[in-house]
Amino acid sequence: MCSKKGCVPFKGTKEQEKALLEVIAELKDQKGALMPILQKAQDIYGYLPIEVQTIISNETGIPLEKIYGVATFYAQFALNPKGKYRISVCLGTACYVKGSGDLFDSLQEKLGIKGGECTPDGKFSLDACRCVGACGLAPVIMVNDDVYGRLTVDDLDDILAKYE
Amino acid sequence: MKSLDDLKVIREKMQGQIAMRTEEGKDFPILDGFKKHVLVCGGTGCTSSSSMKIIEALEKEIKAAGKENEINIVKTGCFGLCELGPIMIVYPEGAFYSRVEVENVSRIVKEHLVEGNIVTELLYDETVDGDKIKPLQETNFYKKQQRIALRNCGVIAPECIDEYIGTQGYEALGKVLTTMKPEDVIQTLLDSGLRGRGGAGFPTGLKWKFAAANDADQKYVCCNADEGDPGAFMDRSILEGDPHVVLEAMAIAGYAIGATQGYIYVRAEYPIAIERLEIAIGQAREYGLLGKNIFGTGFDFDIDLRLGAGAFVCGEETALMTSIEGNRGEPRPRPPFPAVKGLFAKPTILNNVETWANIPRIILNGPEWFANMGTEKSKGTKVFALGGKINNTGLVEVPMGTTLREVVEEIGGGIPNGKKFKAAQTGGPSGGCIPAEHFDVPIDFDNLMAIGSMMGSGGLIVMDETTCMVDIAKFFLEFTVDESCGKCTPCRIGTKRMLEILDKITKGQATMEDLDKLEELCEHVSENSLCALGQTAANPIKSTLHYFRDEYIAHIVDKKCPAGVCKDLLQYSIDPDKCKGCTLCSRVCPNGAIEGTLKEPHKIIPEKCVKCGACMEKCKFGAIIKK
Repeated sequence: MCSKKGCVPFKGTKEQEKALLEVIAELKDQKGALMPILQKAQDIYGYLPIEVQTIISNETGIPLEKIYGVATFYAQFALNPKGKYRISVCLGTACYVKGSGDLFDSLQEKLGIKGGECTPDGKFSLDACRCVGACGLAPVIMVNDDVYGRLTVDDLDDILAKYE
Repeated sequence: MKSLDDLKVIREKMQGQIAMRTEEGKDFPILDGFKKHVLVCGGTGCTSSSSMKIIEALEKEIKAAGKENEINIVKTGCFGLCELGPIMIVYPEGAFYSRVEVENVSRIVKEHLVEGNIVTELLYDETVDGDKIKPLQETNFYKKQQRIALRNCGVIAPECIDEYIGTQGYEALGKVLTTMKPEDVIQTLLDSGLRGRGGAGFPTGLKWKFAAANDADQKYVCCNADEGDPGAFMDRSILEGDPHVVLEAMAIAGYAIGATQGYIYVRAEYPIAIERLEIAIGQAREYGLLGKNIFGTGFDFDIDLRLGAGAFVCGEETALMTSIEGNRGEPRPRPPFPAVKGLFAKPTILNNVETWANIPRIILNGPEWFANMGTEKSKGTKVFALGGKINNTGLVEVPMGTTLREVVEEIGGGIPNGKKFKAAQTGGPSGGCIPAEHFDVPIDFDNLMAIGSMMGSGGLIVMDETTCMVDIAKFFLEFTVDESCGKCTPCRIGTKRMLEILDKITKGQATMEDLDKLEELCEHVSENSLCALGQTAANPIKSTLHYFRDEYIAHIVDKKCPAGVCKDLLQYSIDPDKCKGCTLCSRVCPNGAIEGTLKEPHKIIPEKCVKCGACMEKCKFGAIIKK
């Protein structure tokens, strides 16, 4: 996978690996352990590069192709690193009918990236997400854990400026 | 906790305090404890608009006033009226402060909590009646509601097990374990007529009966909290506002079917719900309400959490179980049904959060009480998440059989900006739309099916005349294409082809033959898909075609989008009679597509126009025409 052009080289640290091994040791004997292990691993590394999947495979004995299959199935798991500021635009129905599609288009234009991508400086990544459950504030975007609601396209510059 | 008597001690200690937070509580004598309760919503909606900062400010101000032993700050779950968040209610007065800002806190503390004068101008205006305040239950939003599943949301502190016990919490479990046989429990559910709130409406008691009938060394009880329908957030609100009710109900099911282990599969996108569930499970274990030998009866039951990872298909029961097992969340063919061979190949029942939330009350109040509410075949209440183009966005719980008109016009307060109601969408990507002509149909499982929609989990998105129905169908198909797991061909490929045709229609490139092809595909995908995701994927198309066929035809034949949404079919122009030549539009146009000189009517150059609508938004004279 990392032979692919444009792939960010793996920069895992010894501390991260230690934390991962501890998680695996704790969880590997429970039933259906793979998902919780992958979730914790992503918390540690921020994403699930092939190197991390390989460690999990070696430690648990679960074949790498199965791990890859699970990691690519779920939207939550990322095989590429995310930006320092992760922007998610809610495209749930309630937000969509209140214009979140326009917010998403405008952000793609402003950042010069498409959904699922990261700006070259690693600062912003942009994703569409399905309903964060703050439908009363529609339309909503999230930047990391901050929620911004009742937005129009005109509000976006001010929000982005906060993270410059 | 060794016995039911231990539980009653806590309940008696707490119930007066909790009763104070209701209208009836005004008549309760305040014995000891707090004299006032300040309830602040700690649900996702209000937290997103900084209710945590309000709580911090309250704590600080109340302490500064030296009233921390008299005034209790309660971080509750969702009150339902998310549109007015952040919300704060002060009891026993029942003063409902809406859209509270941190700056308002010191004034409320000083004038109301210390000096006893309600700050009327900060109240929700509907509750102000001259110099009196109207009880919340008399406002339009709450008047027709009947809260069973949501009864504790916005009343108790979800992170405190004693408060839940104060509302008779865990007494249903006690009653079941000490006075009822497993078959009595199942019979009670059958008699109540409770049907699953997750979407399909399968009778809950029957599901339990099937699982109880299968002998196995191990059985499982699962809770589906993978609320995937975009626009539905009732399950999240229950988990955030009343997590113990789900734990108690699952333990009751464990006893009824003979299971000792439960799993709650909850979306990872709901961090507050997960945190509160973790706290609740920890407290229940500490009190001995989960674990070994519950109430000294010899019954063992425990619950673990499993986090979903963002796959809509995992709301389907077999896919959910495959996912808990640690695999790709792909569905399995049924039969065998989970009641025979479910999680880890053992008999399993799976119910949705809202279904669980009804069960302890049914046990305590009896099946007749529940069966007396609702319609002939749909008993009890249903929670709806009202959203979209509606004034009172929020969560409402109404008896089955309430009409859409009552929900939209009375409870929801109608459509904003004087626009006209066009349709309501229920059932998310598996459902359909209900047009204005069915405004007076009583909402229940069977009636919605009959008019081509479905209950689904209860998302109810209101659309007005500016919503394009073809665009909405396309929106849902994009969702299904994205979320199709890819296991079976009709769903994986069929939905993609349907989306392509819809895309052509919205771009004005389709022919009437394409429409025939689309309808044919709808039938094939519905009939041949493996699981409910594919089987229902065509519903949004079928129902919009049924009720709004003329809109499809306008796109195809006239190359027009009547609602003015589909960009490729729109032209912007300027009405020379209305244009005052203020030049504002030409200045906001990002592409220099507007020409004109000061005080002369302007013109849009169609070749340069990118149809962003910026000019229309800014024009003060309504001179920009979009059609």
